[in-house]
Amino acid sequence: MFKVIENQLLAPHLHRLVIEAPRIASARQAGQFVIVRSGDGGERIPLTIGDANRSRGSITLFIQAIGAGTRKIAETEPGSYIQDIAGPWGQPTHLEKWGRVACVGGGVGTAVLFPLVRALHEAGNQVTSVIGGRSRDFIILEEELARFSAKVVVATEDGSYGRQGFVTLELAEMLEDPLRCPDAVFAVGPVPMMKAVCEQTRPAGIPTIVSLNPIMIDGTGMCGGCRVQIGGQAKFACVDGPEFDGHLVDFASLIDRLSMYKDHECRLVS
Amino acid sequence: MNNSLSAKQRMAIPRAEMPTIDPKVRCGNFDEVNLGLSMVQAVKEARRCLQCKGRDCVAGCPVQVSIPEFLNALAAGDLPRAAQILLNDSALPAICGRVCPQETQCEALCVRAKKGEAVAVGHLERFVADWAMAHPEQVGMEKAKFSSSKKVAIIGCGPAGLTAAGELARWGPEVTIFEALHETGGVLRYGIPEFRLPKAIIDAEVARLKELGVIIECNVIIGRTLSLEQLREQFDAVFIGNGAGLPVMLNMAGENLKGVYSANEYLTRVNLMGAGRDPSSPTPIIRGRQVAVIGAGNTAMDCVRTARRLGAERAMIVYRRSEAEMPARQEEIEHAKEEGIELVTLTQPLSIRGNEQNWVAGLHCQVMTLGDADESGRRRPTPVAGETFELAADVVINALGTRPNPLLTATQPDLLLDEWGNICADENCVTSLPGVFAGGDIVRGGATVILAMGDGKKAAKAIDRYLWGLDQPSAMASR
Ligand SMILES: Cc1cc2nc3c(=O)[nH]c(=O)nc-3n(C[C@H](O)[C@H](O)[C@H](O)COP(=O)(O)OP(=O)(O)OC[C@H]3O[C@@H](n4cnc5c(N)ncnc54)[C@H](O)[C@@H]3O)c2cc1C
Ligand SMILES: Cc1cc2nc3c(=O)[nH]c(=O)nc-3n(C[C@H](O)[C@H](O)[C@H](O)COP(=O)(O)OP(=O)(O)OC[C@H]3O[C@@H](n4cnc5c(N)ncnc54)[C@H](O)[C@@H]3O)c2cc1C
Ligand code: SF4
Ligand code: SF4
Ligand code: FES
Repeated sequence: MFKVIENQLLAPHLHRLVIEAPRIASARQAGQFVIVRSGDGGERIPLTIGDANRSRGSITLFIQAIGAGTRKIAETEPGSYIQDIAGPWGQPTHLEKWGRVACVGGGVGTAVLFPLVRALHEAGNQVTSVIGGRSRDFIILEEELARFSAKVVVATEDGSYGRQGFVTLELAEMLEDPLRCPDAVFAVGPVPMMKAVCEQTRPAGIPTIVSLNPIMIDGTGMCGGCRVQIGGQAKFACVDGPEFDGHLVDFASLIDRLSMYKDHECRLVS
Repeated sequence: MNNSLSAKQRMAIPRAEMPTIDPKVRCGNFDEVNLGLSMVQAVKEARRCLQCKGRDCVAGCPVQVSIPEFLNALAAGDLPRAAQILLNDSALPAICGRVCPQETQCEALCVRAKKGEAVAVGHLERFVADWAMAHPEQVGMEKAKFSSSKKVAIIGCGPAGLTAAGELARWGPEVTIFEALHETGGVLRYGIPEFRLPKAIIDAEVARLKELGVIIECNVIIGRTLSLEQLREQFDAVFIGNGAGLPVMLNMAGENLKGVYSANEYLTRVNLMGAGRDPSSPTPIIRGRQVAVIGAGNTAMDCVRTARRLGAERAMIVYRRSEAEMPARQEEIEHAKEEGIELVTLTQPLSIRGNEQNWVAGLHCQVMTLGDADESGRRRPTPVAGETFELAADVVINALGTRPNPLLTATQPDLLLDEWGNICADENCVTSLPGVFAGGDIVRGGATVILAMGDGKKAAKAIDRYLWGLDQPSAMASR
């Protein structure tokens, strides 16, 4: 049982949970995730470890409540318990001193991005964070990112905050400007966004890392359900990833496999 | 009851038949297919045993269960004694009686099998074990003594880990099992379906271990949450029983189409997460109308019979050899056939075809024929030139087998592994690391429940000796 210490609503349906999990807090590294199950009969939901406090023995999760599983977890009140949290899963972020790094986040991807920004900053990189969302309400973690970024650029689709448009717009300008052109790009968000970013950086061959979110069950490499195609090879995102070289990712296959259960109700034989 | 029968009288008794649920009924549910022998049937069957001096059957059992002895007690109607003998030799007889491949082990060597049918050792083992579980007060299980301050860590809560924990806990050290998943049991829970092995049996065993004082910590992955090094510092000895949980991929075109599952994923969704089985489960599963399972081992049979229960109109085993070579247990093949499972033999899938929406549409298959025997003694399948065909399917399940999962072993470079990535351990489960023991599938590759239990038992003995300084820290360290 894992005690929830804080639960804060950051944006519509986006919760920040601080949870007591001392072993995971001391073992985790940036880029890793946990698998959470709210209680008996619950799904196993993969969630990035947004942050951790070793001395307090706590981890921070950013949860976008989009379905039954995430909603149940996000509803847990401070002082109550979550039944199962296992991890840390996945490979830690490959950290290097690249120089100028652009970290591009869309929607809840911004939360997954946060630990990377922090780790990249601590590894001596100059980070520009470019974050986007539908409207002002969906922009999250701006202040937190500012602590570890040389600059934070906000883009909203409706123009209600920051510049209007997609995050790719800002990135395009950075790529054209020799003084701002990044040496490496990290992109986390909806698959179409990550795909677009990879296409932007491909011509110049700028190293681009993406964090993939296929459907998972165990997280131990036991089932193969989370397989993704990287450079023509099958990789298990839960143990080999979730971060991969974006230029090698078969995004079409990822999008396709993510849709497997979208209409599964209608495929059930009655 | 009278147990003094002549050999002739014993020979005259026909082998008991296991009552089962009607195949038509059971295709619609996950209830255990075998209903169990009645007391009258069981005693009569036990009297078929000739009480041979040679004890051939015992030699066929990987853990040398005292078969004639427990059968003798059963034949005399003395169930408490039968149970005591059985439990003394086997940690989980209720499980082995159900899932051991008896026809190639104890029953294969039974002298009665030479002229007719073997004594139904498995069915009787199950009968006695079930009785013992229902009457714990008459069996008199030992309680833990906790006489020692030693601590042992066990990695993995499958049959190997559970057995090692049970043995050790009775002798004194404090035992903690660390399990990566949120549930106990390993393959017994997430792999083998309810219709072959009711989960209540695992629950009962886990409850018994907890009563003995064993601590079970789920959601702890050794190599991730805690390192093996941390365990070696905090415990006096470590047993690794983390199984062989890594699917062998098909590596054929179409593997990433929607509707293609590995057996592990398919069975985990249904067994561990309740998909398609428990209406309240939030975990989805694609229920195919025509399901093709590639492979013919126990895992393949479990998948195809599960698919049938999830509503498949055609549930097929696709296998490149013939029925005679199928590695699955005889009983599983028989039950599958009764349930209307089709065996598509001498067929090698070449690729998986999809439709425009990237859903599975079928298998492109090569017709095979059997040639000469290969190293394994089985006849080698060879393609029949030019003969291919299409097999329609909307779900394809890969049941080709599993390999050792490197999650833990990769974190410990000085732990000696063989060329396949299995941990090297000697006959006492001693590894190359002092104080670290290993057994079950992580040492043997995908093997059997009884072999995993046998290892758990041997490891417990070796650990006990190690804790008291009776053995070398590591017999393998010098290799
Ligand atoms: C490594 C990894 C890290 C993640 N980190 C975070 C995180 O930090 N915060 C966060 O909010 N979410 C994160 N996710 C996504 C999160 O796991 C899914 O949103 C969640 O599983 C959906 O479950 P649900 O029961 O709430 O919704 P469901 O009812 O199962 O699904 C709702 C919708 O989401 C789609 N969906 C299902 N699973 C996924 C998935 N894995 N990815 C994307 N869409 C999915 C479904 O097709 C459906 O349309 C991460 C995923 C992975 C694989
Ligand atoms: C579908 C199926 C059907 C089968 N049918 C039969 C049958 O009929 N008869 C038979 O005899 N055998 C059968 N087998 C084989 C048998 O189940 C295995 O040989 C046996 O379970 C091996 O036991 P084990 O304890 O070594 O490992 P497992 O049962 O695999 O248990 C290992 C446990 O360790 C956990 N673990 C893994 N890594 C870690 C880690 N790093 N930290 C903590 N925990 C970890 C796993 O989650 C798992 O719970 C079948 C196997 C399958 C898959
Ligand atoms: S444990 Fe298995 S092999 Fe041994 S006697 Fe029992 S059923 Fe036979
Ligand atoms: S070999 Fe068969 S008949 Fe002989 S003791 Fe064993 S079970 Fe009985
Ligand atoms: S989630 Fe099962 S292998 Fe990755």
